[in-house]
Amino acid sequence: MINHIDLTGVLRRTVCDLYSDLVTRPTGAAVRDGIEKQLADLGDRSLTVIDFSHVRLLDYSCADEIVAKLLMRYAAADEASPPPRDAYFLFRGVKDSHLDAIEAVLERHGLAIVAEIDGGDVILVGTVLDEERRVWEALCRLGRLTAIELSRASGIDGVEAERVLERLLHRRLAMRLEQSYVAVGAAQ
Amino acid sequence: MTAVINVPPSLDDKTFEHVLEQLVAAPPDEKLLVDARHTRWASPYGLTALLTLAQTRGERPGFIAPEADETASYWARTGFFKHAEELFELTGHVPRARGGDSDVLLEITPVAKSDDVHEVVGRIQQKAQAILVKELNIDAKATMGFAMTLSEACQNIVEHAGRGGWVAVQTYKWQRRLGRRVVVIAVCDAGVGFRQSLESAHGRRLDERWGDGRALEEAVLRGVSRFHDPGRGQGLAGVRRYIGRWQGKLSVRSGTARIAIVPSWDEDVPLEEKLPPFPGAQIQITIPERLEEK
Repeated sequence: MINHIDLTGVLRRTVCDLYSDLVTRPTGAAVRDGIEKQLADLGDRSLTVIDFSHVRLLDYSCADEIVAKLLMRYAAADEASPPPRDAYFLFRGVKDSHLDAIEAVLERHGLAIVAEIDGGDVILVGTVLDEERRVWEALCRLGRLTAIELSRASGIDGVEAERVLERLLHRRLAMRLEQSYVAVGAAQ
Repeated sequence: MTAVINVPPSLDDKTFEHVLEQLVAAPPDEKLLVDARHTRWASPYGLTALLTLAQTRGERPGFIAPEADETASYWARTGFFKHAEELFELTGHVPRARGGDSDVLLEITPVAKSDDVHEVVGRIQQKAQAILVKELNIDAKATMGFAMTLSEACQNIVEHAGRGGWVAVQTYKWQRRLGRRVVVIAVCDAGVGFRQSLESAHGRRLDERWGDGRALEEAVLRGVSRFHDPGRGQGLAGVRRYIGRWQGKLSVRSGTARIAIVPSWDEDVPLEEKLPPFPGAQIQITIPERLEEK
């Protein structure tokens, strides 16, 4: 099931119903807290669309709190601090003016997201290795596949395909469905 | 005893140093009389820095307003006297503010908390778009970056200063230095300043070069913050990216030093040290009119 979180709605519920700009760290922290509370109601596994469509302005501090710190809990998790749940995110309605701040904060932390930009194209934003981008784009193009199927269809070496797919899973850029993988953003 | 501080005829980030040079001889608890009678022009930096100066004094200073009606009226329209009457004992003719001045993009506004930043960026966006596109020939897309820059500069006060400060934004023609229109953001506070803020970081090692200049280099050029959170320090980096894109200038004064990111059209020095001491941080961002590409 795909869940939808409108960031302007969260902003108005958690901070002030007069605001439509995502600026300042305290605002970003409050909005992230609001998102986490909604995620907690969704169960152990979820794909959530975080919608920027009605966000006028996003500054660096707020992008760091909302996008980077939210993602860090899931994509930068390890055995010592496992992710609270198996959550995946698609960031929708991302405009050029938002991308400036989002790219900067993701690169600072070595993170990446899947973003649906104006016109509906789905892209990877942030720090992404060439091999990760190649495999993610192949998954987007070809749909749900096992590592072997991906290797056969794209010409990527089988061992390499599996290794990169596991990394995309860890980074929350792809999801596992039984023995197969699907790119976040491909199922939209 | 009262020390008289003469405000220069033209008050900006450079000439405010003459004000500070006069302050060196006046201990913080000495009564001041700030004499602006002969001042004819002031930048947003000059006006916000004057308010900041009053915040640093133990005793409320006296203030003599500019004699020139045009100057005093303009200062009133920027909101200067509205705030100055809380901080100074005003003497001389103080005109009431009348609206309608398009050069004042954002009148002098106090900044102390996150809500103030929301208010500032909410108020500026519509007017900023009109000015940036029509008068400065800058792409409409730059408006959001301008508001982000303003937001991050103001947050420097909220996150680090430890006390409230001031922001103002104006546009004007910079005839002598540039021959073009500019939009100028000034954000001034009398808080702890960059050096003390970075020193408060637990476990920070200080070498013999440590001082206000080094603290400014760390914060402005390297994005170092007093917080251990690796996500911190991105605000000023974002400001630098924006001014780089639009050939703008950033200068930050704190304590006894001043650092500047200097574009090709300006001849400022990158780092000045051993300036007269002044608490807090004073930031100025200048975006020039874009020339038509041939």
